[in-house]
Amino acid sequence: MNTHENLFPKLGKEALLTFCVSLVLVGPISGLVLEGFTFRNELVHAVLIAAVITAGRLVLSAVMVTPFGRRISGVLSRSGGGVTVRSGKERSSLPLLAVLFLAGLALPFVADKYFLGIAILALIYCLLGLGLNIVVGLAGLLDLGFVAFYAVGAYLLALGSQYLGLGFWSALIIAPFLAGLFGMVLAFPVLKMHGDYLAIVTLGFGEIIRLVLNNWLAFTGGPNGAPVPPPTLFGFEFTRTARQGGTPIHEALGIPYNADYKFWFIYLVLFLVVCAVIYAVQRLRVMPLGRMWEALREDEIACRSLGVNHVFTKLSAFMLGASTGGLAGVFFAVHQGFVNPTSFTFFESALILAIVVLGGLGSTVGVVLAALVLTILPELLRDFAEYRVFVFGVLMVVMMIWKPRGLVRVTRPAFFPSKSAEPTSSPVPSANAEVSR
Amino acid sequence: MTAPLLEVNNVTMRFGGIVANRNVNFCVEKGKITALIGPNGAGKTTMFNCITGFYRASEGNILLHGEDGTQDIGGLITRPITGGSHLATRAGIARTFQNIRLFREMSVVENLLVAQHRQTANNLLSGVFSTPTYRRAEREAVDRAYYWLERMHLAGDANRLAGELPYGRQRRLEIARAMCTSPKLICLDEPAAGLNPAETRELSEVLQILRADHDLTVLVIEHDMGLVMRISNHIVVLDHGEVISDGTPEHVANDPAVIAAYLGVSEEEVQ
Ligand SMILES: Nc1ncnc2c1ncn2[C@@H]1O[C@H](COP(=O)(O)OP(=O)(O)O)[C@@H](O)[C@H]1O
Ligand SMILES: [Mg+2]
Repeated sequence: MNTHENLFPKLGKEALLTFCVSLVLVGPISGLVLEGFTFRNELVHAVLIAAVITAGRLVLSAVMVTPFGRRISGVLSRSGGGVTVRSGKERSSLPLLAVLFLAGLALPFVADKYFLGIAILALIYCLLGLGLNIVVGLAGLLDLGFVAFYAVGAYLLALGSQYLGLGFWSALIIAPFLAGLFGMVLAFPVLKMHGDYLAIVTLGFGEIIRLVLNNWLAFTGGPNGAPVPPPTLFGFEFTRTARQGGTPIHEALGIPYNADYKFWFIYLVLFLVVCAVIYAVQRLRVMPLGRMWEALREDEIACRSLGVNHVFTKLSAFMLGASTGGLAGVFFAVHQGFVNPTSFTFFESALILAIVVLGGLGSTVGVVLAALVLTILPELLRDFAEYRVFVFGVLMVVMMIWKPRGLVRVTRPAFFPSKSAEPTSSPVPSANAEVSR
Repeated sequence: MTAPLLEVNNVTMRFGGIVANRNVNFCVEKGKITALIGPNGAGKTTMFNCITGFYRASEGNILLHGEDGTQDIGGLITRPITGGSHLATRAGIARTFQNIRLFREMSVVENLLVAQHRQTANNLLSGVFSTPTYRRAEREAVDRAYYWLERMHLAGDANRLAGELPYGRQRRLEIARAMCTSPKLICLDEPAAGLNPAETRELSEVLQILRADHDLTVLVIEHDMGLVMRISNHIVVLDHGEVISDGTPEHVANDPAVIAAYLGVSEEEVQ
C-alpha cells in the first residue's frame, strides 16, 4: 500500500530529527562532566540517552498509525473541545454527591494525622481555587495577586487575636467581609483595565501586601511572623490542659485526650465551609449575577448594550472571589498556628492560578479536582521534592497540548419553558405595549 | 406627522482630526421603521454608537422622548466610574452590532436571560437560597425568553451554544436578545448582512411584525436597497458624515444627491 511505502522514510526522518534535538538538549548536561577546572568527555552517555528518547518516539509514532492509536488520539482530541449544554435529561448526581459528602465527613475517623494534614491543605486550596475561579474563570479578569486576600484572612486571625482578642469563629465571620473590602479597594482603580494590564496591577497589589506584612515590624511582626491562637468550640479548648481557667474539650465530654482532636475539628469545619462555598458557586452559575459575570467574560460591549452595569458586575466578582480567599486564609492560619509573610509569595498565586487553569476555567468540579491533585501529588512525590516545580511545568505543558480547556469540560445548564406557558399565551405584556393600547 | 421618539440635533462626532459625523439632524418617528443608509465609512455606525450611548457626541444632543419625559442620551453617559453607557439601554434603546456580538460560550436561552437581568431578582441571598420570589422571576424570564425564541423561529435551538448556530440564526438571536430588554427603540446595524435572500425576506417580515405587534420603533442601518425600500417609512442618507437626503423612500430614491453619492459622481455633474 502507498501509505506503508511512505511510512518508513517518514519514520526515519522523524527519528533523525528526534535524535539530533535530544542530543543538543542532553549533550551539554550529561555529556560533559566538570572536574575541577577542566571537564571530562562522557559523550557516550549523552548518545545513549538520545537513543532511548528516539526509540520512545518511534514506538509512539508506530502505535499512533495503528487503528488503536488513531482511536486513542481521536478520543483525546474530542475531549479537548470546549463547552457543552446539558440536555436536561442527565441522571441526577445527587446520590454520588451524598456519598462523597459522607465520605468526606468520615475521613478524620479513618485517616492518620499526616494524611489529615494533607487533606486540610487540599481543602484550603480548593477554597482558594473556587475563589479565584469566580474572578478568572467566570468573570474573565486575570488576577495574579490573589494571594493578597489569602494573607488578609490569615493575618486577620493572627493580628486580630493579638490586638482585639478575636477568636477563630469571629475571624471566620469577619474575614470574608474584610477580604471583600480589600477586593473592592483593589478593584476600583483596575476596573477600566483589561487583560495584561489588569494582571500586572493585581500582581503588584499582591506584592504590596506581602511587603507591608514583611516590613511593618511594629504591627505585623515582620518576617518573624505572628502566632495564631488555637481554635475553640463553644469556648472549649483542644489542648491537654486549659490555658486560662477554661475547660479542655476532652474533659467536658469525658473522653480521653487525643492531640488529633484539634485537626479533626479544623478539618470538619473546613469541609463544611468548602461544601457551602461549592453550593453557593454552583447556584451562582445559574443565577443572574453569575450569568452576568460570564457574559462579561464573553463580551463586555454586548453586556453594556444590554444595560448591564459592567463596573458593578466586575466589582462583585472581585469582592466575592476575595471573600473566599479570606476564608481560606483563616483556616490556613489556624491550621499552622503561626503566620509569616513567606507563605504568601507570588508562587502561591501562581499555584492557585494553575489550579484554576488546570481544572478548566469556570468548572467547579474541575477546580476541586485540580486542587486535590496539585496538593496531594507533591506529597506522593516526596522523593522528587526538588523537581516539584519542574513536574508542575511538564504537567501544564502536557495539559495545554492534550486538554487546553482544562481537566473537566464546562457544562451549561438547560432551561425549559414552564408548563403554563403554552406558545399561544403571550407572556410579554411589555410595558410600552400596554400604554399604547 | 406623529411625534418623534428620538431626536438627533446638530450632532458632530470627532475622533481627533477625523470628523465621522458633521452636524447631523434627523428624527425617528414613533412606531415607524426608519432606515439610515449611506456608503461605507459614511459614519452610520458612529451615529448608532452615539444614539446607544457608547460614544458621547462632541457637539449637539440626542433626545429620547419617552412616556416618562425626555432624556438626553449624552447626559446619561457622563456618570463617574461606570461611564453610564448601560443607562441608554435602561432608558429604552436596544441595539445589535454590525459584527455579531453574542455570548458565544453560553447557551441561547442564557443569552436571553442575561438581557433580562433587570426583571430577574439579582439579590445574592434570594438566589442562593432559591426563594419563591426568585424562582417565580426566573420562571417568567425563561418563559419570556422562549416567547422571543418562538417569534424568531429559534425555539429548536434553545439549549445549544450561541456560538454554534449558523450565521443567519445568530443574527436573529441577537435581535431576540435586544428585544428581551423590552426596548422602545431598537437599533439594528446591518441586520441583513451575510443573509441569503430567503433569510432576508424572513427578516423583513420579522421587522414588520415587531413594529406592528409590539409597538416598537425601529432604526436600521442597511445596504440591501430592496429591503430598505420595502420596509422603511422614512430614510436618512449619510455621506461623509453629513445628511445628504432625508424623507420618504420615493423622495430619497429620486434625489440626485443620493444617486450621485451611490454612483460616485460629483454633485456638480448631476446638477
Ligand atoms: N473609534 C474610532 N476612532 C477613530 N475613527 C473612527 C472610530 N470609529 C469610526 N471612525 C471613523 O469614522 C468613519 C465612519 O465610520 P463608521 O461609522 O464605522 O462608518 P459606516 O458604519 O457608515 O460604514 C470612518 O472613517 C472611521 O474610520
Ligand atoms: Mg458600519
